[in-house]
Amino acid sequence: MMLARDLFREMDALRHEIDRAFQDFDKSWAHGGRSRIGFLPGRSARSYPLINLTEDENGLMLEALAPGIDPENLSVAIQGNTLTIAGEKKAVHPDVKVEAFHRNERAAGRFVRNIELPVPIDAEKISADYRQGILHITLPKSVEAKPKRIEVNVV
Amino acid sequence: MAEKSVASTVTPDAPARYEETRQEERFLTPPVDIFENENELTVLADLPGVSKENLNVRVEDNILTIEAKPDKNGKGDSLYREFELATFYRQFQLTETVSREGIDAELKSGVLTLRLPKVEEAKPKLIEVKVS
Repeated sequence: MMLARDLFREMDALRHEIDRAFQDFDKSWAHGGRSRIGFLPGRSARSYPLINLTEDENGLMLEALAPGIDPENLSVAIQGNTLTIAGEKKAVHPDVKVEAFHRNERAAGRFVRNIELPVPIDAEKISADYRQGILHITLPKSVEAKPKRIEVNVV
Repeated sequence: MAEKSVASTVTPDAPARYEETRQEERFLTPPVDIFENENELTVLADLPGVSKENLNVRVEDNILTIEAKPDKNGKGDSLYREFELATFYRQFQLTETVSREGIDAELKSGVLTLRLPKVEEAKPKLIEVKVS
């Protein structure tokens, strides 16, 4: 009888401890919103950089979230319908000792991502520019993918 | 701004990490690196899509606030979305060792670099050992 009560109390204490550990985790990740916009955080299951793809009648616009990259270390390539974004984010502060850090949340490293495009693209006319930490790629549709306006004749 | 301020109960050695908001607007917490050397404290924050005009960095009552609004860039119809930018907001409690004067801020490639110099008293003094 005595043993059983102790066991329950111990389990209760353990549960509290786990709850406390997860509370901190929840606050910083789920509610802080950092994971939604992070770039290379822990090289986890997601592909980086994160992208947004929009379309209008002339082409596709792609935005890739990649702050803190030297544009020289960024490459964009297309083969068929596959767009490849590759690059490397260098650690800005390789000389700083580990013990000098108060916080280290910004990751660094190499990345590569292949994106399958939904429409045929005119590869000659692709343009890409990097501003304010976002890579903007404009992908004009190839002629056959553009909507063709058919005039209706009135007879 | 009052409703978004860090509660004054935080202890100086535990920087304010989360901020409660009462506004409808969503806020994002920018990831940061903070490190120090003998002379200064450096803060790096990822603020993609933010131009200089929409960045607000201030120090009030020992609280460093970084607030930034990314430029809206939504033309065309959305096909696929993985990220959504919103106002960036983050606060840190500063200790007395950081000087209020001479804080240097630079925004480049979506990364904000803040250099906060230490006050003279907080810098390490080298004491020469004389051999007699």
